[in-house]
Amino acid sequence: MAARIITPTNIKSNEPFEVRILIQHAMETGYRLDLMGTLIAKNVIKNLTVTYLDAVVFKASLGTGIAANPSLQFWMRAPQNGLLKLSWEDDLGVMGQAEKLLEVK
Amino acid sequence: MIRLLFIFVSIVCFNASSFANDFERVVPPQALRSGLTFISEDLRSLARSDDLNPAFLWVIQGEALWKKTESAEHPSCSSCHGESNQSMRGVSTRYPQLDKQSGQLINLEGRINECRTRHQKLPELALESDEMLGITAYVGMASRGLPMNAHIDASNIEHFRRGRELYYTRMGQINLACTHCHEQNWGRKLQGETISQGHINAYPAYRLEWQRMGSLHRRLRACLSGVRAYMFPLGSSELLDLELFLAWRSTDPKIIVESPGVRR
Repeated sequence: MAARIITPTNIKSNEPFEVRILIQHAMETGYRLDLMGTLIAKNVIKNLTVTYLDAVVFKASLGTGIAANPSLQFWMRAPQNGLLKLSWEDDLGVMGQAEKLLEVK
Repeated sequence: MIRLLFIFVSIVCFNASSFANDFERVVPPQALRSGLTFISEDLRSLARSDDLNPAFLWVIQGEALWKKTESAEHPSCSSCHGESNQSMRGVSTRYPQLDKQSGQLINLEGRINECRTRHQKLPELALESDEMLGITAYVGMASRGLPMNAHIDASNIEHFRRGRELYYTRMGQINLACTHCHEQNWGRKLQGETISQGHINAYPAYRLEWQRMGSLHRRLRACLSGVRAYMFPLGSSELLDLELFLAWRSTDPKIIVESPGVRR
């Protein structure tokens, strides 16, 4: 499962900036039937956490109403260079992660 | 009897043979428009932004595959072709093409699989797999902004004619040909959707209906399913012939490559 973390190119120390996250996930609602008429089990991203310098900056738990390949965005401030780490877990227990080095001017 | 004959004539009057030549267009060149102009402004902004376009989830996988070296016997794409945005510039505008070695008509997916088996000594990628969609999107992206550029000559005219024939043949329980929607009724509504002219410049594209990336052949099968016709298999000769005709139909300075595009 691929993921993208999109941040502005020029981040200034302690100035707020927007972070966008895009995760490849089918986000199976749990309401769909397959061709044989059996219910497809719900499988969505249960928990999602973004940490920066080991501090949690963003947390989300998603539900069935969210489309596939969810896009999330939030604002944060960064005092210095550091690794922005994204990790998530879905209903099947599959974990995923992505990270991006923030360069702060 | 005369009435029967009249019905028969009215059924066959709109097929490939009613054209003066193979290159007659129903939609005049000045009216040609990319599918991008038929979708909502929200979707267009998604397609315009490389940050927000969900197709880039596949592009990054394609980029990784392009650069991935399995071992010395299995070189990566980049070890021969270098940077794709230079070496692959314009490549996707010219497909489908005849393969010189086998004489078969192949599209970009076919060429990639051929390169994998012939030169990289790797197994073929499954059509519609994330890897295949990723690498075709990544290669297609190198041609972004260039017009479609299909060449029809004596070598591929038979494929072109077969594709054209399919395009103007009524199919399925609904009994429609491609032309009935995409040439005679484009711009009008089909339920909530605006019918496009059916150009292929955005594929492989992220389609909201699928909630994922998909190839042109998947899109063509979706239309076949819509008219309840037999769905030709992915990569079949019928779909390849049709793809060649569609590529020619989309060859116009106004129809530029958008892959990886976004569509309803």
